Amino acid sequence: MARGLGRSGYLVFLIPGLVLSIAVVVVPLAMTIGVSFTRWQGVGMPSWIGLTNYIRLAHDPSFWASFRHIALLVVAMAIIPTLVGLVLATLLFDYVAVAFSSRTASVFRSGFYLPQVLPVAIAGIVWGWILHPSYGALNSLLQAVGLPSLTRNWLGDPDYALYSVMAVLVWVQIGYPVVVFMAGLQRIDPEVYEAAEIDGATWRQRFTNITVHLLKPEIYVVLVTTTIAALKIFGQIFVLTRGGPGDATLVPSYFAYKNFFEKANVGYGSAISTVLTAIILGLSFVFLRLQARGERSNG
Amino acid sequence: MADPVSGRASGGDHHRRGWARHAVLIGLVIVLLLTIAPFLVVALNAVKTPADYATRGPIALPRSLNLAGVVEFWHRVDFTRKLVNSLVVSSAVAVLGVAVSVMNAYALGIGKVRGRIWFLFFFLAANLLPQEALVYPLYYLSKSLHLYDSLAVVIIIFTVIQSAFGTYLLSSVYDHFPRDLLDAAAIDGAGNWRTLVWIVVPVSWQTVSVLFAFFFIWTWNEFFLPLVFLISNDNQTVPVALGVLQGQRFMDATTTSASALIGILPAVAFFLLFQRTLIRGVTAGAIKG
Repeated sequence: MARGLGRSGYLVFLIPGLVLSIAVVVVPLAMTIGVSFTRWQGVGMPSWIGLTNYIRLAHDPSFWASFRHIALLVVAMAIIPTLVGLVLATLLFDYVAVAFSSRTASVFRSGFYLPQVLPVAIAGIVWGWILHPSYGALNSLLQAVGLPSLTRNWLGDPDYALYSVMAVLVWVQIGYPVVVFMAGLQRIDPEVYEAAEIDGATWRQRFTNITVHLLKPEIYVVLVTTTIAALKIFGQIFVLTRGGPGDATLVPSYFAYKNFFEKANVGYGSAISTVLTAIILGLSFVFLRLQARGERSNG
Repeated sequence: MADPVSGRASGGDHHRRGWARHAVLIGLVIVLLLTIAPFLVVALNAVKTPADYATRGPIALPRSLNLAGVVEFWHRVDFTRKLVNSLVVSSAVAVLGVAVSVMNAYALGIGKVRGRIWFLFFFLAANLLPQEALVYPLYYLSKSLHLYDSLAVVIIIFTVIQSAFGTYLLSSVYDHFPRDLLDAAAIDGAGNWRTLVWIVVPVSWQTVSVLFAFFFIWTWNEFFLPLVFLISNDNQTVPVALGVLQGQRFMDATTTSASALIGILPAVAFFLLFQRTLIRGVTAGAIKG
């Protein structure tokens, strides 16, 4: 059979996908990078200003603040959910499913996963209302249990706003690692645990030496995907705080949005987006290389 | 083996087990309640009258079941319209996104066209890109093509973004597609198209349906691009309509919780509808943080 002919016969299947991707991804990305070297209000002709936008970025405290906030959001979206998720998943798999039933364990799993299915904007509305300083449920609860000194303007006080946002993000994210880790635990041979138990390993020893060790691929995937999601975060910030008060919860994507659509600084917004894109693609490249190396050394 | 230390430890373990068994369960129940408490508080307050809320606050049980706030908010924002918009966009993206993913993956995973690694890299990168990097040119181009503020432009954009992920995932599945099935189809004289429609899609239906469910829900949940592209009231999707209302004058406490409730309900409905597919999908690696 003419295999060469068969191969090129498959090329037509790529045409719709490629044409669409060029129109929606390649051309716009090239335009954003190009515009980042210009001053442009969105009308008329952009005027070339070279690296001026990037030099301005390097001296813009808002830009640096937005990346500092991202570092904390990575803690809230990637690191804390991974650690808590490991403990929850192990307890559900190794304990609840055994001591009670696997049905009980999957009810817990579904409950923890529920916040993940909410649209981010809706999660923002829910928490914006719960954390509202005057009529929100959290402050009312604190009053009711006799702790009025703990009430705060959770999202409106620059000292607390970012931490409140972090707490909301932990709530949103927790279910994802639980589901992934519980699935990963299915792979693990129960005899490994039984043997360890007979050898007198405590629960904590089994957790660190067996569970965490065997779940390494899942932990890696969860950390990578949630870190990238944290870098891209927009919806929660838009609905909860709009980056405020001041710049207290500003993130790069909202910073770019403000320059594009509120200030009509399209060139500057494009420079922010270009830097963010470079960071995300660079990090993803590093992650993929590390993963490939890990697979080679394991296999 | 009969190490006295470990022997004592395991004996202690056994002794503690009855107590620990319940302590762990109670701990988990508390975490679960904290997770679902926001949903309960929203439901509780969406059915209160404003007067009830004003006098007894957000954590008291409602005096009576009052749906007037929800109904009034529904009409006020023409929620039926937003639901229809969201359904149209999400279904269209799910169908078109799956179709494009399947065709791309067929060429890359089964067809092994020249340069497939580079194509895969390209689709992966397209999926990883932050939407901010595309938004302004897309906004500008769609205005000059008179597509701005239409559902069509959002459908086209998300078809591309979602199918970039779908292509990447499905290509790795099609890499291992049973060769003998393809050979048998070729011997029967089936062309590439017939093989795709009658052999490849049915055999990989599990993965395809996972993709469909994820594309639908991801698109339903999208906020940033619909916020930019759907500015007129008649075109907004559910998250955009509810998101931009926050902070408006008429959004008092009970109206806010009513708006949160009608935003939550479709999401929970999809969760129940797609639950098994979703969990299977996350399990299979069809994942996104």
